Amino acid sequence: MTTDLSPLFEPRGVVVAGASSHPGKFGFVSLHNILACGYEGDVFALGREAGEVLGVQVLDSADQIPEGRADLVFVCTPPSANEALIREVAARGVRAVFMAAGGYSEAGADGRAAEDDLVALCDELGLILAGPNGQGVVSPPVDLCAQIVAPYPPRGAIAIASQSGNFVSSFQNYATQTGIGVSRAVSAGNAAQLGIVDYLDWFAQDPQTAVSLIYVEGIEDGRQFYERAAAVARVKPIVVLKGGASTGGQRAAASHTGALATDDAVFDGMCRQAGLVRARNVEDAFEAAASFATQPLPAGNRVAVLTSVGGWGVLTADAMAGTTLDLVELPSELRAELDAKLPPRWSRNNPIDMAGGETRDTIPEVLELIAAHPDIDSVIFLGLGIQSNTAALMRSGPFYPDHGIERIVDFHERQDARYATTAAEVSERHGKPILVATELAVAAPDNAGVVATRRSGRLCYAAADRAVRALDAMSRYATFRQRRGL
Amino acid sequence: MTTHTLSEATSRAVVSAAGIEVSPYVTAPDAAAAVEAAAELDRPLVAKLCGDSIAHKSERGLVRLDLASDEALERATNELVAAARPEDGEVELLLSTMVAGRRELIAGLTHDPQFGMTVMLGVGGVLAEAIADVSFRLAPITAVDAHEMIDELDTQRLLGPFRGEPAVDRRAVAAVLVGLSDLAAGDPAIVSVDLNPLVIVDGRPVAVDALVERTGARP
Repeated sequence: MTTDLSPLFEPRGVVVAGASSHPGKFGFVSLHNILACGYEGDVFALGREAGEVLGVQVLDSADQIPEGRADLVFVCTPPSANEALIREVAARGVRAVFMAAGGYSEAGADGRAAEDDLVALCDELGLILAGPNGQGVVSPPVDLCAQIVAPYPPRGAIAIASQSGNFVSSFQNYATQTGIGVSRAVSAGNAAQLGIVDYLDWFAQDPQTAVSLIYVEGIEDGRQFYERAAAVARVKPIVVLKGGASTGGQRAAASHTGALATDDAVFDGMCRQAGLVRARNVEDAFEAAASFATQPLPAGNRVAVLTSVGGWGVLTADAMAGTTLDLVELPSELRAELDAKLPPRWSRNNPIDMAGGETRDTIPEVLELIAAHPDIDSVIFLGLGIQSNTAALMRSGPFYPDHGIERIVDFHERQDARYATTAAEVSERHGKPILVATELAVAAPDNAGVVATRRSGRLCYAAADRAVRALDAMSRYATFRQRRGL
Repeated sequence: MTTHTLSEATSRAVVSAAGIEVSPYVTAPDAAAAVEAAAELDRPLVAKLCGDSIAHKSERGLVRLDLASDEALERATNELVAAARPEDGEVELLLSTMVAGRRELIAGLTHDPQFGMTVMLGVGGVLAEAIADVSFRLAPITAVDAHEMIDELDTQRLLGPFRGEPAVDRRAVAAVLVGLSDLAAGDPAIVSVDLNPLVIVDGRPVAVDALVERTGARP
């Protein structure tokens, strides 16, 4: 049964326990982040210091919190203080605990006992417990940034749960950089009560979430994880980054089959069987999730690559080898239609190399032709931003704006913005992914094409092979669903 | 956990009952009986000494290949019986047709400490552990899962038409995997199964060795 996590992700009000006036302490940083990021619910501070911190009156007893005004307590106080604290705030109506404090099972046998007691206490009081030893919980739809670290990402549709808090930060850093935002993010810490699958269960029915992104290292009950994650993956995609993939070698086993059953081989098979999309590193994991969050799911694996320069198309074709993607032969009627739009030297095959023969309307028209064709399921578009890159050098040079430079610079930038906008619009209209890839996404993030891609709500992929891997992830998930009649 | 392995003959019977094809075979108590029992098998033959306590026969030289004549069969089986050790307990001879196929796969079941019973398919027979081109799923599996396991092996070219042999019958391989899964579902005492190698004969997978491991002490 799905545990209701709305007191954690959409609390009516938040209590920071262990509030401090020292700006280096968790009890200050968490309070600061909650207040600074615009959370509109009530914020209470509990602590031993009299007076105010950041304009919030520090209360010395939970009795002073009005009944029913706070759902969540963010705990920065050590284990010895926490039983009394939790009983008191629960009596005021708190329903969720985020335990940022450490000193629990990560700290040895005494800590393990304290953690067991903490779980028993929360179970007794009917509280949900995130952590302990976690960095925080972030929920942009309600402007909640209850964490002891940064950043605070923009709103979006990616829900993050991680067994390592630092990966929550990594994913949120990419969200901030790319503009592809987050719906919920939680550091599971020691996962004493709520584990990764509990978060996944709730994300599956969370209307703010389109895709889950998880980082796991150890899984205590593999069977239960498999069964519950598989049920969630039937509803929404899950992208998995797994730590410890290279460890856990062969086991001593009587059978050859057993000797081949490395932890990673079995985990990998489990992911495929459950429909989980496994990524090989942090970037790929984020970009796969960002793709699910912003692109339509492809109907199949047939890809067209559109490029303004030949070499990029060649490398993209190379990157597709070893994936599930199919760089299809161009259907003859599509080839004929493209003949009418492109100069005679175009590649006449896939990748569609326009060979520098674009005029004002070529790219929008060609994108439309390709995406409209029933034998093409998705498009990778390379070459966005070249014109604006040229414009940038002209704009910063000593001759600007004279000699007609201003006019051409404006034209170039308008064109790139138009290509980006068209790519998103055509993609939506045909329900097919169109992924735009250029290194300018990181090399020149102010490039008009990159900015317009971002403004269209899409990810501007930093390299063609990264777009290929993200599209492969979507294609694998789509195939998984189709083969099972989902 | 205490476990025990079944003899090859018993293991073959177990996997056959699950619908998995094994190479034609007979068993015999001694060399004389072996010649008579093997009369109806296509030749050449392989002779093996088998028993519940003998798990890996080739490491101990308890396999004789390419036996075409009765004389060769009798000589080989006499040597095998003589090679038995007291700790092997009760032993018997297993005689089987040497099926012809250039390609070998491995398939099996193994119990994973994290995820429980798993089904495996790999490339390579005796080289499987060195090649390590394998795919796992958690039991039970569906036919769709089984086909995806075949699809995800790296060595796909080995599964197509190969040196005059037809392409591997993927449905037949999938049926072996589903058969293993059914076997695990029907007998919770199974700890592991090896079908190694699974020789591809005219495109079809045929187990030429089988090893079943069950929980508990040897009965």
